[in-house]
Amino acid sequence: MQIGRRFVLKAGVALATIAALPRTLLAAAWPADAFSAKTATEALNSLLGSDQTTPSDQIKLDVPVIAENGAVVPITISTTLSNVETISIVVENNPRPLAAMFEIMPGTLPEISSRIKMGETSDVMVVVKTDSGSYSTSKQVKVTIGGCGG
Amino acid sequence: MASNIKIKAKISGDLVEIKSLMIHPMETGARKDPETGALVPQHHITQLTFTHNEQVALIANLSTAISKNPYFSYKARGAKAGDVLKVSWVDNLGGTDELETVLK
Amino acid sequence: MNLRIRKAAAVPGAIVAALLVQQIALAGPEEDRLAFVAYFQSRFPDIPFEQFANGIYAIDSDARSQWLEIEEFPPYEFAVERGKELWHKALPNGTMLADCFAAQLPDIRGQFPSFDVASGEVITLELAINDCRIENNQPPLEYDSSEMIDLTAYLAFEARGTKVDVRVPDDQPGALAAYESGKRFYYSKRGQLNFACADCHVTSAGQWVRADRLSATIGHTTHFPVYRSKLGGMISLQKRFAGCIRDVRAKPFELQSTQYRNLEYFLSYMSNGLEWNGPGARK
Repeated sequence: MQIGRRFVLKAGVALATIAALPRTLLAAAWPADAFSAKTATEALNSLLGSDQTTPSDQIKLDVPVIAENGAVVPITISTTLSNVETISIVVENNPRPLAAMFEIMPGTLPEISSRIKMGETSDVMVVVKTDSGSYSTSKQVKVTIGGCGG
Repeated sequence: MASNIKIKAKISGDLVEIKSLMIHPMETGARKDPETGALVPQHHITQLTFTHNEQVALIANLSTAISKNPYFSYKARGAKAGDVLKVSWVDNLGGTDELETVLK
Repeated sequence: MNLRIRKAAAVPGAIVAALLVQQIALAGPEEDRLAFVAYFQSRFPDIPFEQFANGIYAIDSDARSQWLEIEEFPPYEFAVERGKELWHKALPNGTMLADCFAAQLPDIRGQFPSFDVASGEVITLELAINDCRIENNQPPLEYDSSEMIDLTAYLAFEARGTKVDVRVPDDQPGALAAYESGKRFYYSKRGQLNFACADCHVTSAGQWVRADRLSATIGHTTHFPVYRSKLGGMISLQKRFAGCIRDVRAKPFELQSTQYRNLEYFLSYMSNGLEWNGPGARK
């Protein structure tokens, strides 16, 4: 019937449209399971399908040696790896290690700066996912209990 | 009224550097209210989206481990004066905010 | 040889001692300040004088680089923006807060603290703002309310680049008494930990107390209110006094109490010559 045909046509058009959508509009849903994982291994398995990453010296990670305050730890990440899809920050000793996952769209540089919370001294790992795999680098940041300012 | 999102954008040549700062408590859910002793519920931005002329440039998926009053900086190519930059976020309690600005 | 040197030294030594005694008797705020500056410059010879306005970030380079990153986009900008709106909003009777202040906008912050002859007390910026509100039939603002912080943040921002120039007029005995009271407070031991402000910020400046590095006295008052990373919010100078006093396990005084106003008076004078550089960001 007319209504049925129109309905089928609309669905067909919709499906074709979704398939044709560029990556820029196919944002992934917020990865809830990865964010609630209690270990770095679980978080990476959930997020990337594996916790195996290739250490890379092509990722530059700027974090303080001793965090002035664990509530606000500046972090700057950049990489010379090509075809970067996502950049993730994992704070191994945080109660939920996955701090953030950035989806880098074509045209945006694989560089990000932000401020993160750390509960205690921990390795901070950055995982860069490209079209050829997952690469990582890691640095320890010390978090201390203050004396009078803290 | 003053906005709860601030943007600083700097164009140099083909690149634009976009810094953003926004007000949000980013409560972890583990902090105790000093007055009542009760846990303050988790309240944090989950997803933050930056678009340039309606094309998505960056999506930030966030946990509670991003500092209160979040800050982000990124760079993109091909931006020019007159481009429309939009920042929008949603949080875990369904709150939203956005800001649109034109690059100079 | 030894005898001759000792004999020769004895006379100048006596003269120096006599001069010192005389100097102590004559010492006033300016002599105190110069002694403080000389002391800190000898403790930290590589720090240019004007850098003391940045507190511990003038002394500790790892902390400084984290501070500089926060200053890329400091959260106190929201307070400054709200403060600007509040400053330009007329009170219900049509008066603007600016109407209560004789000075131009960049100079308002720097008028305080000052000694008010009429009341015989030290007036701070917060008190002056509230005096204005009361004169215009508005309730005073709580000293740690967000409105008061926002207003002082805006006025601090507008004062950037002007120099601290607190006056202790020598024809006002009350002013000197208030200054001396603040100075005495600074050197008085208090709390279960039995520390004076000077113990940490003069004697032990640059040293560590657990994981905190102690800042120097000069420059303490130039950059308030501050956005504290620990709190994710702003605090005033006197709120910081209260925090420090609590940290040595003493009972804090009330904000804008006589003790804190006199302390602010003494401390602000010690920062004369440095630039007002508030609001600030601290851990």
